[in-house]
Amino acid sequence: MADIMLKVENLVKRFGGLVATDSFSMDVIQGEIHAIIGPNGAGKTTLIHQLSGLLNSDSGTIQFDGKEISHLSAPKRCHAGMVRSYQITSIFKDFSVLDNVAMSIQAREGHSFRFWDDAGKDADLSEKAMKILNETSLQDKAGILADNLAHGEQRQLEVAMALATSPKMLLLDEPMAGMGPEESSTVTKFLNSMKVNYTMLLIEHDMDAVFALADRITVLVYGKAIACGTPEEIRSNKEVRAAYLGDG
Amino acid sequence: MDYILLAEQFFNGFQLGIILFLVAAGLTLIFGIMDLVNLAHGTLYMFGAFFAATFVQLTDSLVLGMILTLPAMLIAGLILELSVLRTLYERDHLDQVLATFGLIIFFNELFLIVWGAEGTGINLPPYLSGLITLPGGITVPDYRVVIIISGLLVAVLLYLLVSKTRIGMLIRAGASNREMVGALGINIKLLFTLVFGLGAVLAGFAGMIITPITQAESGMGEGMLILAFVVIVIGGIGSIKGAFIAAILTGLIDTMGRSFIDVALMSFMDSVAAETAGPAISSMLIYILMAVILAIKPSGLFPPKGA
Amino acid sequence: MSIQFLKTPRGIYNSLLILLCVFMPIIAPLIGQEFYTDVVARVMIVTIAAISLNFIMGYGGMISFGHAIFVGIGGYSVGILASHGIESAYIQWPVGILMSGLFALIIGAISLRTRGVYFIMITLAFAQMMYFLSVSVEKYGSDDGLTIDARSDFGLSFFDLNDAMTMYYTAFMLMVGCLYLNFRIVNSRFGRVLRAGKSNNERMATIGYPTFRYKLVAFVIAGMMCGLSGLLSANFEDFVSPDLLFWTFSGELIFMVVLGGMGTIMGPLGGAMIFLFLTEILSNITEAWHLIFGPFLILVVLFARGGVEGFLKKYEDPNG
Repeated sequence: MADIMLKVENLVKRFGGLVATDSFSMDVIQGEIHAIIGPNGAGKTTLIHQLSGLLNSDSGTIQFDGKEISHLSAPKRCHAGMVRSYQITSIFKDFSVLDNVAMSIQAREGHSFRFWDDAGKDADLSEKAMKILNETSLQDKAGILADNLAHGEQRQLEVAMALATSPKMLLLDEPMAGMGPEESSTVTKFLNSMKVNYTMLLIEHDMDAVFALADRITVLVYGKAIACGTPEEIRSNKEVRAAYLGDG
Repeated sequence: MDYILLAEQFFNGFQLGIILFLVAAGLTLIFGIMDLVNLAHGTLYMFGAFFAATFVQLTDSLVLGMILTLPAMLIAGLILELSVLRTLYERDHLDQVLATFGLIIFFNELFLIVWGAEGTGINLPPYLSGLITLPGGITVPDYRVVIIISGLLVAVLLYLLVSKTRIGMLIRAGASNREMVGALGINIKLLFTLVFGLGAVLAGFAGMIITPITQAESGMGEGMLILAFVVIVIGGIGSIKGAFIAAILTGLIDTMGRSFIDVALMSFMDSVAAETAGPAISSMLIYILMAVILAIKPSGLFPPKGA
Repeated sequence: MSIQFLKTPRGIYNSLLILLCVFMPIIAPLIGQEFYTDVVARVMIVTIAAISLNFIMGYGGMISFGHAIFVGIGGYSVGILASHGIESAYIQWPVGILMSGLFALIIGAISLRTRGVYFIMITLAFAQMMYFLSVSVEKYGSDDGLTIDARSDFGLSFFDLNDAMTMYYTAFMLMVGCLYLNFRIVNSRFGRVLRAGKSNNERMATIGYPTFRYKLVAFVIAGMMCGLSGLLSANFEDFVSPDLLFWTFSGELIFMVVLGGMGTIMGPLGGAMIFLFLTEILSNITEAWHLIFGPFLILVVLFARGGVEGFLKKYEDPNG
């Protein structure tokens, strides 16, 4: 078996009486795109918060790249090489596109307790940020205020900021959220092209995209993983059809 | 230690706690539901004191004057909400803080001009000016008993309103999940206005009921406002239960601390040092309590759900 | 760019502010309003506190409603040391600044664990605590405050704060220093972390920033700068009192920052200048000037959110 990048075992999160994540286990193999699908309210958001370190888990373990990370804070998980993107675009709106990406670069270059030199004139920082913008086809927008980007471009910037932290694995929270079919197929192509360099855990509603991209799919229902397999296996899984896909 | 003094100070602390609760309950509801930081809540407390003093003087009757104060508070609260505060709901906290700071400055000056620096007051009628002797030789002024009983009564009414009625259900839903109330198709504006009116009446009631033993003075509201902030920070924003427990706790600790801390200090330091340190420490006691609670539970004792 | 900037309305306005500070000791006697020199001296001292507040509030999004604490600590450090006969500036000033920083560290460590409105209320509560503390300690004057017999002694014959002009231009130089320091920091890597944290704190965490410690360091820097303002105030007024710690002063500082233009380099100076002259003039017109001032404050909040800087910027660039 290939190297396991992420291994989640028996993860639990309760809110009062509600069990949002119920002994959830899964693994992500290095180099694959692993998708998590599930109906609304299946606990996808809670799960990604737990994985990225924004929510503490009640029990269970998360191993990433051979290390136990379930007690690390969100920034430390990022430094370990796991970075997330957001379903609702989460960028620094009053920063330029270049500076948004530069913030991610700056984060990976050690501490930022540097109080004197103008970061805007830091050629090294801008150069590295520009490189990421080139990779994500945002180079022409570098100087624009992030708030003034079109929705699709903001989604691209969202991913660019994640990429700029030099991750080993990307946690993508519905990268196609709010996109039309055309934009969505552009992003599908883009994610496919990144597959060479990054392992990805993809949480997505857009079924066409998931079946086109994913090597394996885990189905989440009421906080439990009810099935895991290749797209074909998932398509033909009876339990999944009953719980989720209906009979369509 | 003198147990009679202890019991009497316990009463005083409890009474302060009740007053604090009445102020904090409105404040925490208004923040929880409307997301409004209303510094002028202390101003409403001051309104209550001056309205009551005025009505009592006009009618020459404590009961009648106080009965008139409550609808007057409701009207004052509604006017304030409809004229200024309503425009602040959509603004950020900083705007709310500054604009309501402006209201405080204005009303404190206005009341100062009308009533002067010495303010005004209410003289208790003879039937409330006596002392009650409780078993064990503890004496409590009649009127303090009135404050405690009527305050508790209001607290119970508030509890019934919030927990047993339809409007109370909406208030609770709004305090823990603001979006939900909108999703229920409720007339939000009306609900907000009503909640603000309720908060105004509660704060006004507190100011009214305390005036016979203090005074109605310009600027009296802000000390109470900041204490109420401490209360809701300790209790958890949006929680009436938290406000009640934290208010009683704050009232007791503040009052008992002021009376007994120097005695306690004398047990391990010399009396001169204790008398110097006593007032300093006792004035800081509730803030230290707040800091300790926050260090352990950053969202207070009863945090809102989903936080 | 810098020469170009000076020709814009904002450039002219900012230059005027600085020129006013530089030449007021000359202008004031000429127009027969000699006390204006004192007003501007106070403006410059308060500006340092406002720069400090703008640093964490305008750039860092931390709405501190207790910023007067640090002014008070700086002021009382001078007052208390002086009352014990310690008048050396080389003791008073480091103690004042370090004590302010220490308190900022403690208060920040507790307050920054919470967010949003809790932060506003807690900083206000801590300020009230320090206020009551200053009122309750009789040894240091309680309500009446402490009169300071001699200003901080630098032990230099050519640099004596008892000389009015030395005092004035010391305040000026320190204000300019703080303006410049603030300018450098907000554009540095640290400043970017601070500003990005205001914009989107959670994203900062998920791209790898432990945001708490950055905010705490910013809070401590602000505390120390504010302490400096307190040191100067104590020296200039020869007096400290609990008023320095009173919550209304914290509120006024917030208003100055907003009035001048939050999150702008020169905003605090403009805000403090307008605020102090306005209160000076209004209080000469009528004793009840608060009746005008309260509604004015509300109107600024409701209709002039960007302050003077924001207004001039809009005027320059109607699209921006």
